[in-house]
Amino acid sequence: MKDWRKQPAIVWAGFGLIALVLLLLPFALVQVGAAWVRITNFAILYILLALGLNIVVGFAGLLDLGYIAFYAVGAYAYALLAGPHFGLHLPFWIVLPIGAAIAAIFGILLGAPTLKLRGDYLAIVTLGFGEIVRIFLNNLSRPVNITNGPQGLARIDPFRLGGIDFSGPSSLAGVTLIGSMKYYYLLLVVMLALIVINVRIQNSRIGRAWEAIREDEVAARAMGINTTHMKLLAFAMGATFGGVAGGMFSAIQGFISPESFVLVESVMVVSMVVLGGMGNIWGVILGALLLSFVPEILRWTVEPAQHALFGRMLIEPEVIRMLIFGLALVLIMLFRPAGLLPSAVRKRELTQPVP
Amino acid sequence: MDIFVQQLFNGLTLGAVYAVVALGYTMVYGIIQLINFAHGEVVMIGAMVAFTAINMLAPAGLPPVVVVLIGMGCAIPVCMLVGYAMERLAYRPLRRAPRLAPLITAIGVSIILQHLAMLVWSRNVLAFPQIIPIQTYTVLGATVTQVQLAIVGLCVLMMAGLAALVYRTRLGTAMRATAQNPQVAGLMGVDINRVIAFTFIIGAALGAVAGVMVGTYYGVAQYTMGSILGLKAFAAAVLGGIGNIPGAMVGGLLLGVVEALGAGYIGELTDLCHLSGLSTWLSERCQADGHFILFGSNYQDVFAFVVLILVLVIRPSGLLGERVGDRS
Repeated sequence: MKDWRKQPAIVWAGFGLIALVLLLLPFALVQVGAAWVRITNFAILYILLALGLNIVVGFAGLLDLGYIAFYAVGAYAYALLAGPHFGLHLPFWIVLPIGAAIAAIFGILLGAPTLKLRGDYLAIVTLGFGEIVRIFLNNLSRPVNITNGPQGLARIDPFRLGGIDFSGPSSLAGVTLIGSMKYYYLLLVVMLALIVINVRIQNSRIGRAWEAIREDEVAARAMGINTTHMKLLAFAMGATFGGVAGGMFSAIQGFISPESFVLVESVMVVSMVVLGGMGNIWGVILGALLLSFVPEILRWTVEPAQHALFGRMLIEPEVIRMLIFGLALVLIMLFRPAGLLPSAVRKRELTQPVP
Repeated sequence: MDIFVQQLFNGLTLGAVYAVVALGYTMVYGIIQLINFAHGEVVMIGAMVAFTAINMLAPAGLPPVVVVLIGMGCAIPVCMLVGYAMERLAYRPLRRAPRLAPLITAIGVSIILQHLAMLVWSRNVLAFPQIIPIQTYTVLGATVTQVQLAIVGLCVLMMAGLAALVYRTRLGTAMRATAQNPQVAGLMGVDINRVIAFTFIIGAALGAVAGVMVGTYYGVAQYTMGSILGLKAFAAAVLGGIGNIPGAMVGGLLLGVVEALGAGYIGELTDLCHLSGLSTWLSERCQADGHFILFGSNYQDVFAFVVLILVLVIRPSGLLGERVGDRS
């Protein structure tokens, strides 16, 4: 069999086809329903999060169960700097980098004290960190109202670029784009950028250093890798991705509250990374897509099915979603511990018995 | 001073419960180095089962103690079964897998149990029926209820029972041997699978009783109660030195006290009106309000995590734990 990957013509044709599909996708989705464009947008947001967490968990091997905290930091940074709460309305291209930077600082704040910890201890501390951030968001409404507590922040500015407002419809060269479609293209650009960063970093000096740390930290240090810097860099980079995703979430949603940043969300992103295959960028994207679309599809099928069968809704789709979630985590660990698309290294690692 | 003693008693009550839950974590960790995330859910299931039974029996006019004991009697076997099932189905096949795998499985099990409980008992809060006439005693200027005394007494009893089991019986010897070195213990004729299953079952039984106690103390039970309780108990286990049975007891009590005292005093400690001379803006605000509290008692849940992080950073082996090796 001839290896089609070696033929440039086919490869470029493939790329072109994918690009075309991605470009035309929102127009097709709008035919089904405008809600699906929004769902797709949230799926892309999850891809951004999963890609960010993949740096921490997949590349550097540091299990972070409080990842959603960085998402929260990015989201709140955006909401406070571009919203009515403080009366600040900075443009998004200033706020997003600020949010990402604040998230990165939080990443280092989390990383620095936990450098010595590994494996499940690290998991628990990061989990605690995530909870602490959420509790603060919930309570920082007194004595000075910063986060507005459990009510959350509303009427957050949408993205504005030039004269184009991303929240409403606008026509461009005779084609009408609704707000979520514009966000789709923006998210697509950001996603592609993050994918490129991820791919490029994986085989760079830094990426190889992370891999070395993941495999054997002592050996990595012996080879001259500054493990402290590298681990902090992993936390900071992962957090930056989370911060960017959080800022975009704020703008798309227009409203945020601590409810959106609970532990389950962290677990969900971890599940995406694990399900797809830790360390494999395409696997992680697949995991994020599966875990964000399957529940939506369930929502649209389970409810009518139950109404048809029993005449009323017996089990909420949300519960089914969570049950499938939990079951998927257990079954994947039992039968495909390296995920659906395992990275080459993990595959090798997991098929060989632990010495 | 009154507040201090009062919070101390409240903290000890809660701490005793944390200690019992922490035992479930620490025993499992000591033997197979697994953080059984789902243990908190076992506690929750214990509380829910017991509350269902208690609510059914409440109108029967039995003495309250009997009702609560029957509730516990229903909860314990159910939780034992859950504990056994989860060990057998989810964790045993992964015993030789890399360390991340069972941890993620545990998260999955926890999600499954929580939502199964939601299916069974719905999202509503189960309330404890008003069958216990609360008696209060005044000790050192603080009020203590007989429920609190019963909780602490029962916890002490269970801890003593567990200590006797672990240090005085054949099964306990087998457990300690397995914790030290499973392979060698196996060679010495210990049935490791049985011992591990027993560890889960005992931990689950303790968790069931703890669930009933915490439910009785707060008067409510809900399907979400397990996760935060489990996390705090885990923090307690780490504080005492994970894998160490006396450590879990000390850690639990200490965490309960820290939490109660912290919640009692943090408002006063972070009241910026003590510094009102420093800025005119502050003194004006303080004149109007009297208090300018940065962090109030609603930050109570933060303490457990802060303690957890501090312990792991400063003394990763916990208060009573031995130096743990390089585990990843």
